[in-house]
Amino acid sequence: MVTIKDLPKEEYLLKGHAACAGCGPSIALRLLFKALGNKVIMVVPACCTTVIQGPYPLTCFAVPLQNMLFEATGATASGIVAALRIKGLEDITVVGWAGDGGTVDIGIQALSGAAERGTNFIYICYDNEAYGNTGLQRSGATPYGAWTTTTPKGKKERKKDMPFIMAAHRIPYVATACPSYPIDLINKLRKAREIKGTKYIHILTPCPTGWRYDTSKTIEIGRLAVQTGVWALYEIENGRFKLNPPSDRLVDKTKRKPVKEYLSMQERFRHLTDADIEKIQKWVDEDWEFYRTLTTLERCI
Amino acid sequence: MAQIVIDTANHIAGYAAKAARVKVVAAYPITPQTTVVEKIAEFVENGEMDAEYIRVESEHSAMAACIGAAAAGVRTFTATSAHGLALMHEALHWASGARLPIVMVVVNRAMGAPWSIWPDFSDSLSQRDTGWIQFYCADNQEVFDTIIQAYRLCEDERVFLPAMVCLEGFILSHTYMPVKIHDQEEIDAFLPPYKSGWTLDVNNPLTHANLVSPDWYMEFRYMIQEAMENAKRLIPEIDKEYGKRFGFQYGGLIEKYRCEDAELVICTMGTMGAEAKIAVDNLRREGLKVGVARVRVFRPFPVEEIRKLAEQTRMITTIDRHISFGMEGFLATEVKASIYHMKNKPLVAGFIAGLGGRDVTFKTIESIAKKSMKWLEKGRVEKETEWVDLKE
Ligand SMILES: Cc1ncc(C[n+]2csc(CCOP(=O)(O)OP(=O)(O)O)c2C)c(N)n1
Ligand code: SF4
Repeated sequence: MVTIKDLPKEEYLLKGHAACAGCGPSIALRLLFKALGNKVIMVVPACCTTVIQGPYPLTCFAVPLQNMLFEATGATASGIVAALRIKGLEDITVVGWAGDGGTVDIGIQALSGAAERGTNFIYICYDNEAYGNTGLQRSGATPYGAWTTTTPKGKKERKKDMPFIMAAHRIPYVATACPSYPIDLINKLRKAREIKGTKYIHILTPCPTGWRYDTSKTIEIGRLAVQTGVWALYEIENGRFKLNPPSDRLVDKTKRKPVKEYLSMQERFRHLTDADIEKIQKWVDEDWEFYRTLTTLERCI
Repeated sequence: MAQIVIDTANHIAGYAAKAARVKVVAAYPITPQTTVVEKIAEFVENGEMDAEYIRVESEHSAMAACIGAAAAGVRTFTATSAHGLALMHEALHWASGARLPIVMVVVNRAMGAPWSIWPDFSDSLSQRDTGWIQFYCADNQEVFDTIIQAYRLCEDERVFLPAMVCLEGFILSHTYMPVKIHDQEEIDAFLPPYKSGWTLDVNNPLTHANLVSPDWYMEFRYMIQEAMENAKRLIPEIDKEYGKRFGFQYGGLIEKYRCEDAELVICTMGTMGAEAKIAVDNLRREGLKVGVARVRVFRPFPVEEIRKLAEQTRMITTIDRHISFGMEGFLATEVKASIYHMKNKPLVAGFIAGLGGRDVTFKTIESIAKKSMKWLEKGRVEKETEWVDLKE
């Protein structure tokens, strides 16, 4: 078992990056490099990370990085992977690093194509549940009820379940994570690196600017997302579903905190009525019944 | 060993990609481009071509994959038509902005609505300002030779830009012609291994194409403009060297035919240029002094060559297989712009012909020339843009 103390000292996300204070995605990025080191080529579409890296001629990345069109991460990575294969450089890990908009909305086609072709790369969706770069508009991953700049009265639709969409591509590895559980995230990244084919990791990355909470609470909010069961940590390896700690202990409803604890910490949910919160609680409970069933199956999809 | 094959321009494009030792092909099928990528799939599957073939799920992804592969340091190829090219539009800008020497075959086809699968240049000419070099071919041999020349040009450090090699759907794409496939060793001698300005490299970890402030953006654009000017100088040189090595040469930027003493020069592109030669021979027999200037390279535009022509002749008539709605054909506009600063300008008339695959035969061109000659006698162009063979 890796512990925080075993992590390499090297930093490949350099100091001076331009993320907001308390930015969840930038914590995940730092952990990404702790897990994978620097034999990595990154593809980054338009998203907050375009801003985080800093403007030309500066950068906060110490690995080669290709900035790319918003919807083209999966396809661009396919080209890089093909080129590396023909050059015999297959020991380099290609990582697509995209926001939720670039993944579940505009980039879903290129990602789906890359996954269906079995492209050998790790695709990471860092999910701040909105279009951060352009000023926090709603995305397909914005949860029900959340305020965004295009849903001023709260989003009316539910969050798209992207990890299961990816699992339906029969790729060898799908996982969810959250930087509040760094060892879990690092283990998943390292495991993904050793698997051939398309690996999809969906990281819930709290965003103080968009979710409207105090910048010191990012880790706490992420923990609450997991403890209330709003976000479950799991892996789908070759179709087999497995909950990871601490989510594996939360199948029993009494072990889960009420979703209200998570929602009430964020201004984006401020306007929710008790009825709304009850509805969200019911959906979360239904999801967990679903997870309970999935853990009993050889293949979940 | 060189060999003669009798095949369609699309298959010939496949032969050229193989001869250029392309390493990554990413493509998506669309009529009339399909047989290009089918041929390449065959070459890759049977081991004749040592390349990765990415069967992407769209043209946008095809170009994105080419960008990724070129950035990772290998020679890339793709091909498309019409709607596929339009879907790529955003990525075309990215490829040129990133200075990646990608070569793409465009099998020209008209844009919908309504659907048409037949040729005109509205697809590629709509991409005029994307920073891609644009070649237009008149026969299958030229398709082969231009693809090889295009790689040599694009990978020259004074250029480092992508290029389209355009050929008209069906007229060339599905028409069999004898083509000389040159000796592989000689092609290798002409076209060295892949070269680009930069590579994604774990030993030299750079961030590519991140946000650029107004302090720098203009300089990057200016460098592309300079590269285009360099390409303009290099294309004739490369064409000449190619001619010496392989015996085929295309006039560099413009192929001129019987222009020396011509009072009227027909200026057009693609297969209409070949057809116009027949028209000129016939007209010359009737005593009319007509020549043809086939614009082979539309970007960079051969401004100086057009000026030289304009100094020798009394009238230039353009035939555009394309219309810029609300204006005229692009060729007409570019020719007029090229000669604007001259003191004694020739007359310029613009004809729109062959849209959506309407036949443009030597007879069509003869009647265009005769109408132009009448205007020349009168000393003025009666209609600045005339649509040819238009039903009432
Ligand atoms: C084709 C296209 N449409 C729209 C945009 C504008 N745009 C840039 S980033 C972005 C939102 C990104 O959101 P997400 O993927 O969730 O990442 P985040 O910014 O939240 O990190 C949008 C809409 C674009 N760059 N390209
Ligand atoms: S908007 Fe949110 S995700 Fe984007 S940089 Fe700021 S905190 Fe990070």
